[in-house]
Amino acid sequence: MPLNDTIVIIGLGEAGVAAALELRACGHEGAITMVGAETEAPYERPPLSKAFLLEPTMPPTPIGGAAGLEAAGIAVHRGCTALRLARPSKQVICADGTSHHYDKVLIATGARARRLRLPGSNDVPVHYLRSVDDAIALRGILSPPARIGIIGAGFIGLELAASARKLGCEVAVFELAPRILARAVPEDLAHLIAQRHISEGVNLMTGVALTDVARTGSALQVTLADGRVFAFDHLIAGVGAEPETQLAADAGLAITNGIEVDERLQTSDPAIFAAGDCCAFLHGRYDNQRLRLESWRHAQAQGRHAAHSMAGETAPFTALPWFWSDQYDLHLQICGLNMHKAQQVRRGSPGEGLILFDLDAAGRLVCASGLGTISKIGRDMRIAEMLVERAAIIDPAVLADSGRPLKALLRT
Amino acid sequence: MGETWIDACAFSDIEPEDVKRFDHQGRTFALYRTEDDAVYATDGLCSHEQVHLADGLVMGHIIECPKHNGRFDLRTGAAKGAPVCIDLKTYPTRLVDGRIQICL
Repeated sequence: MPLNDTIVIIGLGEAGVAAALELRACGHEGAITMVGAETEAPYERPPLSKAFLLEPTMPPTPIGGAAGLEAAGIAVHRGCTALRLARPSKQVICADGTSHHYDKVLIATGARARRLRLPGSNDVPVHYLRSVDDAIALRGILSPPARIGIIGAGFIGLELAASARKLGCEVAVFELAPRILARAVPEDLAHLIAQRHISEGVNLMTGVALTDVARTGSALQVTLADGRVFAFDHLIAGVGAEPETQLAADAGLAITNGIEVDERLQTSDPAIFAAGDCCAFLHGRYDNQRLRLESWRHAQAQGRHAAHSMAGETAPFTALPWFWSDQYDLHLQICGLNMHKAQQVRRGSPGEGLILFDLDAAGRLVCASGLGTISKIGRDMRIAEMLVERAAIIDPAVLADSGRPLKALLRT
Repeated sequence: MGETWIDACAFSDIEPEDVKRFDHQGRTFALYRTEDDAVYATDGLCSHEQVHLADGLVMGHIIECPKHNGRFDLRTGAAKGAPVCIDLKTYPTRLVDGRIQICL
């Protein structure tokens, strides 16, 4: 294992930091340099839609602890945007005029919030959430009696709706699809989440198309295709994310909704790797389908895996997809993908915590989705994750019986 | 000075290889019973995002936070890697007549 390569990591998010710390944890002694556009020290993004908004004095949560990177001897260059990858000379050239030689480079540039593209959307202020600066701007608008219009009922939109309601704002959410969270969450659970938002006083509208946004006096006006008109003080768009691929594309690397990497997270250039939200990878667990995932833990897992691949290891990336969301006191967790689902088993109830297990045609557990308070579903979901990880074959009657502890299944 | 033994719960209230929450004077703790019936106590909230560890899963000598899988050695409170980096405080425990006591 080459322990003295010079490693450059582009991007200061979860994947990049995880890669840097993992390299050191595995005994890498060569220089590790991180460069990134952000001026903040690396911070955790998940609180930005939740606790960070609810607690106005909360500072950003540093990734790996306040001193973690420095203690590991990792040089972090903030506000240092990588402009170009000079592949023949193996240099990362940055906007501040510096250049950094690499033996191996990891692109972990993440994703950016997709912009709203509607008639008028360039003429009115629209908030987005990706960075701590975005969240600080949201702190400034989320106070009563503000009327907040949220466009998009994905995770960001719904988490912001919950936070805005907790803060006492009037909230409406517009979703084009017939239901919320259609891409990622089973219909039964999405329905429960929608009901909760409605009971919390959110005006949640699904299956509605926006035709334009405009300023009328001091208000921002949203017009729907069915002719209805709504007025707000502020608009927030949560309409998805787009991978940051420009640097890789300019360097001639292949892009398909993300920087193309193989099952080891290596690009077509053996010195260049990519991890996290920015990469489209071949997933060894799912027939080597090309996937791009946006998830906190996934980014960490890929960062760590890229560290091993850069050190010359050959194992494919096979980590189970896993993500969560918190809205009010509802905690949602999903592990695995349900692409091979043949049968669904329900455990629990909406009141006591509901978990849906997806089994494939051979009876193997391929996905579990849980919704409830964390104390109701946290432990069972962790066990479910280990069972999905093993693709365990389990009697559906046992899964369905919430009186029978799941932990015993780990020993079989 | 200062240190007192507080009655927390019955030993039999905790399953083997499991954890139970104990609140006392506005503080919250996690009490553990291992597979081989040893008893330990730590702070009750994960040092990462203040989630109750008693909702987590005990595996051997590891307690794992139910939210983000931060792991700690329940015997020493040592954080076992990202996303947790701050150790948990631990507290002495003893068994008296089938009751678990914690030294605060």
